Amino acid sequence: MDLIFEYRQILMEGTLVTVSLAVLSLLLSIVCGLLGAFAKLSQSRKVRRIGNLYTTFVRSVPDLVLMMLIFYGGQKLVNDFGLMTGLWSYVDVNQFVAGVVTLGVIFGGYMAETFRGAILAIPRGQIEAAMSVGMSSRQVFQLVTWPQMVRYALPSFTNNWLVLVKSTALVSVIGLHDLVWNAFSAGRSTHKLFTFMIAVLLIYLVITAISDVALRRVDRKYSAGVRRA
Amino acid sequence: MENERTFFQYLRDFSETSSPLDFVLIYDNLGRFFEGALVTLQLTVLALFVGGLIAIPLALARAYKAPVWNQIIWVYTYAFRGTPLLVQVYLFYFGLGQFETVRSSFLWGPILSDPWWCVLIAFTLNTAAYTTEFLRGSIEATPLGEIEASKACGMSPWIRMRLVVLPNAFRRALPAYSNEVIFTLHGSVIASTVTLQDLLGVGRWLNGRYYLAYEGFITAMVFYMAIVFLISAAFKMAEGRYLGHLRPRETSKPEAKAAAA
Repeated sequence: MDLIFEYRQILMEGTLVTVSLAVLSLLLSIVCGLLGAFAKLSQSRKVRRIGNLYTTFVRSVPDLVLMMLIFYGGQKLVNDFGLMTGLWSYVDVNQFVAGVVTLGVIFGGYMAETFRGAILAIPRGQIEAAMSVGMSSRQVFQLVTWPQMVRYALPSFTNNWLVLVKSTALVSVIGLHDLVWNAFSAGRSTHKLFTFMIAVLLIYLVITAISDVALRRVDRKYSAGVRRA
Repeated sequence: MENERTFFQYLRDFSETSSPLDFVLIYDNLGRFFEGALVTLQLTVLALFVGGLIAIPLALARAYKAPVWNQIIWVYTYAFRGTPLLVQVYLFYFGLGQFETVRSSFLWGPILSDPWWCVLIAFTLNTAAYTTEFLRGSIEATPLGEIEASKACGMSPWIRMRLVVLPNAFRRALPAYSNEVIFTLHGSVIASTVTLQDLLGVGRWLNGRYYLAYEGFITAMVFYMAIVFLISAAFKMAEGRYLGHLRPRETSKPEAKAAAA
């Protein structure tokens, strides 16, 4: 216990990296998820097919494989492309960027399924009614679709977020100094890896518990006016 | 014969210098990838099998709220579902060596110092925790009428469990289980972080050995995709077989037309 307290600085720093990585990937995944959901619900068959291809691809490739491909391969690809077109000379795809892009793209695929289900759960009549009172398509989205979509999507969204937080541990494998990496190096130098790994597990449980409480609050806000049996 | 070899030579040259992916190199190492796939599948299948066996009694204890056990099992599933699999694997593989008693015990030599066993134990406990929870959900969802009917037929609690509750719970859990299988397969890539040569391990080895950026990972990715598609197809067949009665009834087009006329 004293040992953990002694190393609290490095663990806190790692936790900060982990949390910021998770939040940034979540934002990217929401963007990817919305695009994917709209693609899957599009009128055009071609766009629909692209959306389906995206979600199937994401479901079938393990996250660590994609992360390594983006970290090692993406670096080369971006720089080869820059060299070929002369647009940029050298871009550094570091571990943080690779982590955010990978997790954002992967969880975007899961979010797309979540959002699609939520949009489909909104009665069609409401959207027709909104259009018939003269709302623009932006207004329909803002005032009718979005608030209810959040309500329907929230349980599955919460689930995705919890899985995302756990997946951030994988960036330590490509060398980002996140919670797991810091704890691992601290544990290795003190020969007390078990203690440090237990500390990491507890920190993850705390993050999970906090987000549980926060998301329950969001749920209460967006389920205003819902009568529960 | 001579002609054929020069053609292959030409292919090798082309693949090494001009093609973006050195596919001849991949072809040369394909055997290793199949070996890696075997390790991946071995770990996944064993973990799922043993984890599933552990999960059944635990799910029953949770569903029927067995005093004390219910709480203990809840803590276990909460801890394993709320933390990253990677850290769990590290805990078993790197962490256990911290204790002198573990290192001097008879289990250390053959099992606990071997990455394969550590990974298998961590995967098994992890998948058992997830399986317990959704199996509990599907046991709790047993319609009361089925229980009443089986009681009315004079079934003993054991027979009721064996013939009514469990088979139907397994059916209801089937869609969730297909996700669990795919997640376990995806999770198995973590084996490569503790020196095991699974599919990703072989990909990393290839990239490191020849200083390449794509080949190993892309080949591993294609293998994983193929495995996932096979699993999905198998589950679709199983769902057709065991959940066929739940499929929405199809009305074929000509019939509908006839009804309209």
